[in-house]
Amino acid sequence: MTCEAKFVYSDQFTKYRFREGHPFNQLRVTLAYELLKTSNAIDDNHLIPPRVATEEELRLIHDPKYIQAVKLASEGKLTEDEGFPYGIGTEDTPMFAHMHEAASLLVGGSLTAVDAVMKGEVKHSLNLGGGLHHGFQQKASGFCIYNDGAVAIEYIRKHYDAKVLYVDTDAHHGDGVQWAFYDDPNVCTLSIHETGRYLFPGTGNVNERGIKEGYGYSFNIPVDAFTEDESFLQVYEEALREIMHYFKPDVIVTQNGADAHVLDPLTHLCCTMNIFEHIPKLAHELAHEYCDGKWIALGGGGYDIWRVVPRAWAQIWKVMTSNTPFSGELPLEWTTKWQEQAPVTLPDNWNDPANMYKAIPRKEEITEKNEKALEKALQFVQLKYNSPNSGI
Amino acid sequence: MLVEQIMKTQVITCKPTETIESALKLLNDHHIRHIPIVDESNQVIGIVSDRDVRDASPSIFHIHQDNDENELQNELRSIMSTPVTTIHPLDFVEEIASIFYEQEIACLPVTKANKLVGIVTEKDMLYTLIQLTGVNVQSSQIELKVINKPGILPEVTAVLGRRKVNITSVLIYPYEPDQRYKILVFRLQTMNPMPIIEDLHAEGYEVLWPNMPGIEK
Repeated sequence: MTCEAKFVYSDQFTKYRFREGHPFNQLRVTLAYELLKTSNAIDDNHLIPPRVATEEELRLIHDPKYIQAVKLASEGKLTEDEGFPYGIGTEDTPMFAHMHEAASLLVGGSLTAVDAVMKGEVKHSLNLGGGLHHGFQQKASGFCIYNDGAVAIEYIRKHYDAKVLYVDTDAHHGDGVQWAFYDDPNVCTLSIHETGRYLFPGTGNVNERGIKEGYGYSFNIPVDAFTEDESFLQVYEEALREIMHYFKPDVIVTQNGADAHVLDPLTHLCCTMNIFEHIPKLAHELAHEYCDGKWIALGGGGYDIWRVVPRAWAQIWKVMTSNTPFSGELPLEWTTKWQEQAPVTLPDNWNDPANMYKAIPRKEEITEKNEKALEKALQFVQLKYNSPNSGI
Repeated sequence: MLVEQIMKTQVITCKPTETIESALKLLNDHHIRHIPIVDESNQVIGIVSDRDVRDASPSIFHIHQDNDENELQNELRSIMSTPVTTIHPLDFVEEIASIFYEQEIACLPVTKANKLVGIVTEKDMLYTLIQLTGVNVQSSQIELKVINKPGILPEVTAVLGRRKVNITSVLIYPYEPDQRYKILVFRLQTMNPMPIIEDLHAEGYEVLWPNMPGIEK
């Protein structure tokens, strides 16, 4: 099966750069794009340049005062004390010149991706520059200034009146997007992430189900630290199939953070490239089954920018367009070019080697605990099906 | 933290002369488990719990017997517990936690000048403790094992302070296997605690979590 898709890309994405040595580095988008190019999986016809989100569009989610603060910081006119309440100028989200413009371009990229799909030009689109899911209405947080995913979903609601399912497989809880639509029954959020017991942001418990009209449209499955492929995919597959059937969205927006990998320096999950082949494959299958193919994929976290993110993100595009993930050796042209800059040895294969980490002693308990979390998260769906007046 | 900061001030009360049936209705309508019993001058003279009311209600196996209706018409004074343990708005929240634990009760009326002004339940207490752990603010958690000696906390926080990271909460508890050590738990407002952990390692501190046993990052 081949599908028409668009790849939102600009070398200007790398302008979103906090400082030297900061873990969030958009060079990873360039690395993923070049990996696709050298693999002959993408050409210029697939590319679509991102537009810059207007201030009015940012206000779909963000508070005007906050946008003003970001603009001031952009010009170096915001003091540390003024920035503090807005989460700007911290270790995570330091101020940098032209940060407003850089962040607006990432949001515009996601809006460009939305329009390409919702106007019917293509079935799927991908903006690897987006997926900044921690941004709040009036606060920057966790490397995210503006929350492009939330703005894109609100934009879909406003301009296309479609029901949106947001699926977040980043290792961190997709809190910003969840809270933005916590009371909205037309936006269903599903986040699968490492438990917040230790990991930022600390939220994303099973009992966060939404409020008021939105109760039952927010799903969280916190998986244990050291979770491996098998358990992660079991949770993902079962949750996504059930929730798709229950919510029946018109369009899917996925946040494809690549930080659940064992090599990621910020998280404690033990997944391998295997999950990054299956995650887009199921999203693709279900988008065709329920949404006439409408699927917008975004980037997200991912802090091993050399060994993990380029391969993981290239697979999204490959699956999106051909339904078959890459396998075998990586193009030598790519590894030769980037090995000079990389501080680590680049992989030479699309798949990870077996036994790349020591066996996890508590594997069975972790798997069982994740199954319990899944069961609790889906309890609401089951109750709905089994109630006599459900009408399903 | 003081009791007045966490107590609920809208308290559902009953008079001692009201019926068990009216208390049952209040418990069900408001989804509560305790009703303080007050006199004309709003002094707490007793308390009834959902369990007291259930005990005084007819069994579901005897619902068609003649005396059932009468049982629910008894006055609350006949089933209320008395005397009642009460607390003051200026008491410390930490103190009431031990009252709940030692007296095995789940609700404390708050009185000022002997008049009822609020109520604190075990659930409010738990919620407050959750807030105190700092998990309601976006943060990462790190745990350290340190030598149990005065002055160790400022030494550790000085390392954190150099990184300009906001601390949302600190918990200190003993290291059970060896009293010469204690455990410090910090919740830090950062998504990337790695530089801080490296600093702590460099200063010779033992970071218990996050650590990745057997995994080469």
